[in-house]
Amino acid sequence: MRNILTIAKRELGSYFTSPVAYVFLVIFLLLTGFFTFTAGQFFERGEASLGAFFGWHPWLYLVLVPAVGMRLWAEERRSGTLELLMTMPITPWQAIAGKFLASWIFLGIALALTFPVVITANVLGSPDNGMVFAGYLGSLFLAGAYLAVTCMTSAMTRNQVVAFILSVVACLFLILAGFNPVTDLMVRWASPAFIDTVAAFSVVTHFDGFQKGVIDSRDLVYFLSVIGFALFATSIVLRNR
Amino acid sequence: MRPRKLNSPMIKIENLAKSFGAIRAVDGISFNVERGEVVGFLGPNGSGKSTTMRMITGYYAPTGGRVSVGGYDVIESPLEAKRLIGYLPENAAAYTDMTVRGFLEFAAALRGLSGEAKRKAVSRAVERCFLASVLHQSIDTLSKGYRHRTCLAQALIHEPEVLILDEPTDGLDPNQKHEVRNLIKELGRTKAVVFSTHILEEVDAACTRAIIIDRGRIVAQGTPDELGRPLDEVFRRLTLPDTVMRDTVKK
Repeated sequence: MRNILTIAKRELGSYFTSPVAYVFLVIFLLLTGFFTFTAGQFFERGEASLGAFFGWHPWLYLVLVPAVGMRLWAEERRSGTLELLMTMPITPWQAIAGKFLASWIFLGIALALTFPVVITANVLGSPDNGMVFAGYLGSLFLAGAYLAVTCMTSAMTRNQVVAFILSVVACLFLILAGFNPVTDLMVRWASPAFIDTVAAFSVVTHFDGFQKGVIDSRDLVYFLSVIGFALFATSIVLRNR
Repeated sequence: MRPRKLNSPMIKIENLAKSFGAIRAVDGISFNVERGEVVGFLGPNGSGKSTTMRMITGYYAPTGGRVSVGGYDVIESPLEAKRLIGYLPENAAAYTDMTVRGFLEFAAALRGLSGEAKRKAVSRAVERCFLASVLHQSIDTLSKGYRHRTCLAQALIHEPEVLILDEPTDGLDPNQKHEVRNLIKELGRTKAVVFSTHILEEVDAACTRAIIIDRGRIVAQGTPDELGRPLDEVFRRLTLPDTVMRDTVKK
C-alpha cells in the first residue's frame, strides 16, 4: 500500500509541475460550462436539475480523459524510466494501481471544481441534491472506466498520440453500444434481447441510472469490472514488453 | 517465493539466454560474481551486454537459464532479489520533471526508507555523487554528467549489496570519468559490482576481472593481466571478425 501511495504521489506531482494540468483544468471547466449553459440550455429548461450538465459527460470525457491518461505508460516507455520503475522492489500491480489512482484523483479534482454549477442550481431552485450526488458519483466512475482503458492503450506504445487515438476509439465503442441512434438502427433486424445485451456493455446505459439518482449495485459492478479488466490487461501488456 | 540459498555467490548466472523473435541476443552465458569483485563487462555494440544486465535486474524475463542474486532466484523471488540490487540503466533514465532531491527521495521511498533513514540516505548519496550544487534543480535542466550522477545516486541510495551499472561513464568528461571509476573501485571492496563499458582503460583502472562477450557468448574472461596486453588488441582480435562481417552485411 505504501508503494502505491509513493507512486501515486509522484505521478500526481508530475501533473502539477507542468502547465498541462492547469491548461486541462481550464479547458475542462470552459467546456463543461459551454455544454451545460449554452448547448444544454440549462436556463431554458425551467427545471432545477443537473441533467444538462451530466448528460454531456460521456462525450466530453471521450476526448478529455484520454488526454489525461495517454502519458501514463507511454511516457515511461519513451524516456526509459519504465526500466527504472520495473527494477524497483515493487510489484507491477502496485505501479499500475498507483498511476491509475493518481490520474483518477486528478480527474476527481477537475470534477470537484465544477461546484459552481451545483450552487447555481441551488440558488435558482431546489434540485434534489441526492440526485446531484449520485450524478457526480456516476461521473467519477465513468471517468475511471475511460481512464483504465487509456492506461491499457498507453501501455501498448511509446507514442502518446497513438495511445490517445486508440483510447478514444475504444471509449467510443463503449458509448455507441448503448447510444440511442445506434440501438434504434439495430431494432430493424435484431431481437430486443440482443439489443439489451449489447447495450449492457455501454457506459451510457449504466451512467443513466446515476443521472436519475439511482445508485444501483449492478451499475457499480459494471464500472468496477471495466476498470478491473482494463487494468488487468495493462499488466499483461506490460509483462510482455 | 523459494527460500534463499545460502553460501551462493552474490550473482550467479547459469546458461542464460534471451531471444527476441529470431534474434538470439544472449546465447548461453554463465558466470558468478562474488562480494568484493568488480567485473567489467566488455563487448561491441549489440553484443548482449545490456540485455544480460536487464535479465540480472529482472526487467527482462530470460528465454532460458537462470539468474540468482544473493541466493534469490530473480524470477521466483523478484522482490527479494531486487531489494539487493542497485541499477543504473543505460542512458541514465530519470523522471525529468522532478528535482534531484525529489527524485532521490522517491527512489528511497520505493526502497522502503522513510523519515530519518530516508533523509540520511539521500544526503549520503548526494555527497557521494557530488550533487549538492544541483539538489533543487529540475532534472531536465541538468547537463549529461549531472544527470548521469543523479541516476547513479539513485542506484546507491539503499546501500545495495549488488550494483549493476550499464555504461556508468558514458557521456562524462575525463574528470567525471575518473571520479566515477574511483567510486566504483571503492564500492567494489564491499559489494558485488558488474559494469559495462566500451573503454578498455577502465578495465585496468577499476576491475578485478573482465568478461568479454560477443554475439551473446562469452569469448574470454579473466583478470586484465590474464587476458593479455595490450588489452585493446586482445579485444579487437576476439571481436573484430564479427564486427567486420556485420558491417559488410549492412552495406
